Amino acid sequence: MRFPVSDSPKPAQATPLNPRRRGIIIGASEGMGAALARKLAKEGYTLALVARRKDKLAALCAEINASAKEIRALAYVHDVANYHEAPILLLKMVADLGGLDTVIFMAGVNFPPGLNNYNFEGDRKMIEVNVIGAMAWLNPVAEMFQNAKAGQIVGISSVAGDRGRIGNPGYNTSKAALTTYLEALRNRLTRHGVNVLTIKPGFVKTEMMKAAQGATPFAIEPEKAADDIHKAMHKRKQVVYTASIWRWIMLLIQHIPSIIFRRMSF
Amino acid sequence: MNPPDQLLNKFTLLENFGHSLKASSYCIQPKTSEEIYETFQLARKKGLSVSTRGGGRSYNDAALNGGGMMLDMSAMKRITEWDSTTGVVRCEPGVTLQKLWEQVLPDGWWPPVVSGTMFTTLGGCLSANIHGKNNFRMGPIGEHVLEFSAVLPTGAEITCSPKKNADLFYAMISGLGMLGVFTSIQLQMKKMHSGLIEVHAWPTRTVKEQLSLIEDNAPKYDYIVGWLDTITIGHGQIHAANYLPEGEDPDPQKTMRLENQNLPGRLFGVMPKSILHYFMTPFVNNLGWWGVNTAKYIASLRKHTFRQPHAAFHFLLDYVPDWERSAGRGGLIQYQSFLPKERALPAWTEMLTLAKKQGLPSYLGVTKRHRPDKFLLTHAVDGFSLALDFKVTAGNRAKLHKILQEYDRIVIANGGRFYFAKNSETSAETAKAFLGEETIAKYKKLKKRCDPNGLLESDLYRRIFGE
Repeated sequence: MRFPVSDSPKPAQATPLNPRRRGIIIGASEGMGAALARKLAKEGYTLALVARRKDKLAALCAEINASAKEIRALAYVHDVANYHEAPILLLKMVADLGGLDTVIFMAGVNFPPGLNNYNFEGDRKMIEVNVIGAMAWLNPVAEMFQNAKAGQIVGISSVAGDRGRIGNPGYNTSKAALTTYLEALRNRLTRHGVNVLTIKPGFVKTEMMKAAQGATPFAIEPEKAADDIHKAMHKRKQVVYTASIWRWIMLLIQHIPSIIFRRMSF
Repeated sequence: MNPPDQLLNKFTLLENFGHSLKASSYCIQPKTSEEIYETFQLARKKGLSVSTRGGGRSYNDAALNGGGMMLDMSAMKRITEWDSTTGVVRCEPGVTLQKLWEQVLPDGWWPPVVSGTMFTTLGGCLSANIHGKNNFRMGPIGEHVLEFSAVLPTGAEITCSPKKNADLFYAMISGLGMLGVFTSIQLQMKKMHSGLIEVHAWPTRTVKEQLSLIEDNAPKYDYIVGWLDTITIGHGQIHAANYLPEGEDPDPQKTMRLENQNLPGRLFGVMPKSILHYFMTPFVNNLGWWGVNTAKYIASLRKHTFRQPHAAFHFLLDYVPDWERSAGRGGLIQYQSFLPKERALPAWTEMLTLAKKQGLPSYLGVTKRHRPDKFLLTHAVDGFSLALDFKVTAGNRAKLHKILQEYDRIVIANGGRFYFAKNSETSAETAKAFLGEETIAKYKKLKKRCDPNGLLESDLYRRIFGE
C-alpha cells in the first residue's frame, strides 16, 4: 500500500517569522481529541488528525481551518486496529505536515463485559486498539524522535491502569500496559531530548463514559481535560492526572492492601 | 510482518544558518551518483520529496525539506583534478570553499568568487549562484564554471557548459537544486601573486555618501564593500581591496602558505574564540548594538590602508565561530535587497527609516556593488545590494513580518530583486513580480523536463514555486 504525496491540501509554509509546530493526534474526531485539536490549532500548530469516522473528522477540520482562515488541520481516516497501516501513513503525514514535533496518541476503546461476564472479543479489541495500536504508532515515532534528538510524545492512558478492579479486567490491563509502555519510552528517550507525557484522565464526559457502569465522580468536560493536557505539554511534564484530584485518589487506591481490595466491590 | 522502515533512523532535525527555522528530514549521505539515483528511486517508492544540503549556510529554507528526504552532500568532498599550471580544478559538489582555497592557494591561485563564510559547499554555491564583494567585476560564481555534471531525477547523467546544454547550464546554476543534483564541478581559479591583499578603509557619514563612494571607487578596486550602521543611519565604513601585482610581495611563497592564512583561534592571545558569541549576546539589543556600532564607527574614522591574508579579508563571517548564535533563541534572519543604482538611495532611506521608527532596526547593514548576469533565476542588477540582519524573538515576529512585507513592496516598486539564499519571507507573489512570469514559466518547463515526477522539492521551492 502506498499513499500518493499530493492528495491533501498543503498547509501554509513555515518561515522564521511564522514558525509552525507540527503535531499528529490519533483519535481526534471527538471528545478530548477534538478539544485538544482546536486548542493546538488556535495556538498555531499544523495538525494531522486521525480517526475512523470520516464525516466527523472532515467537519472538525473544516471548522478549525475556517476559524484559522488557513489550512491548519489535515484529515486522515484510519482504524487504529489496522496497525500495519501505521508506519506508511506516518511517513505520509510527516511529509504533508513538513516535519514533526509532537504526537498525541488518544485512541482508545472500552468494552465493559459486565460484572459476571467474560468477553474475549471485547478484551482482544481493547488490547488491539489501546495497546498494540499505541505501539504501532509510537514505536516508529520514538525511533524518529530518538534520532532527531527532539520531539514530544503524549499518550492518553487512564486512572483505570493504576489498579486491576472487578469491573473491567481487559480495560484495566490495556491501560496498565499503555502506562508501562509509555514509562519505558520515557526512560529510553529522555536522554535523547524527547519528552514523553502520560496523561491519566479520570471520568471525562465523552461517548466512552456512557459505557461506564455505576457512579462517575469528579467527571469533567473534555475541554477541561484538553486544557490540562495542553498545559502539561507546555511544561513538558512526565505524568499528569486530569482532573488533578485523581492523583491523590489513585495514590490512596494504589496503597489499599490486596487483602482488603479484593473484597471491595469497585 | 512489515520490516522496520529503513528511513526512520535517518530522521534528522536540521536548521538554517541563522537558527531561525528548523525542519526534520530523512538524511541520506550519498558518495556516488549511483547512490543519488538510488535515493531518487527510494523517494519515489515512498512518495517523498528529495532535496540537497551542503554546508547548511543559507539564511532561509533553501537547504530544508521538512518531512521529506535530504541528500546530505558533505560526503562527496573529493577534489578530483587540480592543474596548478592552468588553474582549472574539478571537484565533487560537497567540497567546501575552505577545502578549495586551501588546495589552490599554496600553488598561487584563489577562487574567483567566494562567500562571506568558507563553509559553503560548491554544490550550494552553484545552486544559489553566490556572489562576493567583487560581483561588479567578476560576476557570480557561475561565470567561472567551465563545466559541470549532474544526475537528474530521471536517472539521466548530463554534462553542461556554456556551449553544451547551455539552457540547463544557465538554469541549474541559480536553479536552487531543483532540476538535478550536481556530481562534478569544473572551475577556473584566479592567479595570485601574493597571499596578502591590500585593503583601504575609510569612513562615510551618510547613505548617499557611501553609495557614491562605492560607485566612484569600484572601477579602481578588485573588491569593494560597505558597512552601514543601521541604528545611527548613515554612519559607515568602506573597505576596498586590491590583489597585489606581481613583484609587490617579496616572498609570495611564504604569504600563500596555509599557516599564514589561518584565522586566529584566540582573541588577545588568550580567550578561545569559540566562546566569544556568548559574550556578544548581551549586546544584541537596540541599546547594546548602538554602542557596538558607534564604537566601530569611531574606530573607522581614521582612513587607513593595511595588508591582510585573503582568508581574513574574505571570510569575515567565520571570524567569530557560531556568531549567529549570539542573536539568541529565535535566531536571526537576513533581508537583502538588490536595487538599480538610481533607485537604491530613495528605497533604502525609506526602508531604514521605517524599521527605526518601528523600534526594530537591523543590527548589520552591508552594501555591495553588482552587475547583471545571464543566469535564469538571477538576483543581480546593475546597482547595489543592502543586506540587513534582524534578530528574531517570540515578541517581534509579527511586527518584523509587517515591516518586511512593506520592504518587499518598496523594493518591487523600485525595480529591485531578491536573493534566494538570503530572504526567508519572500512570498510567491513577490517572486513572480521580480522574476517575471516568463522566467518562471521557463524554469518550470525545464523542471518538468528534468524532473517529470516533481521529486525535487525544498521548503524554499514550495514557498516560492509551490501551487
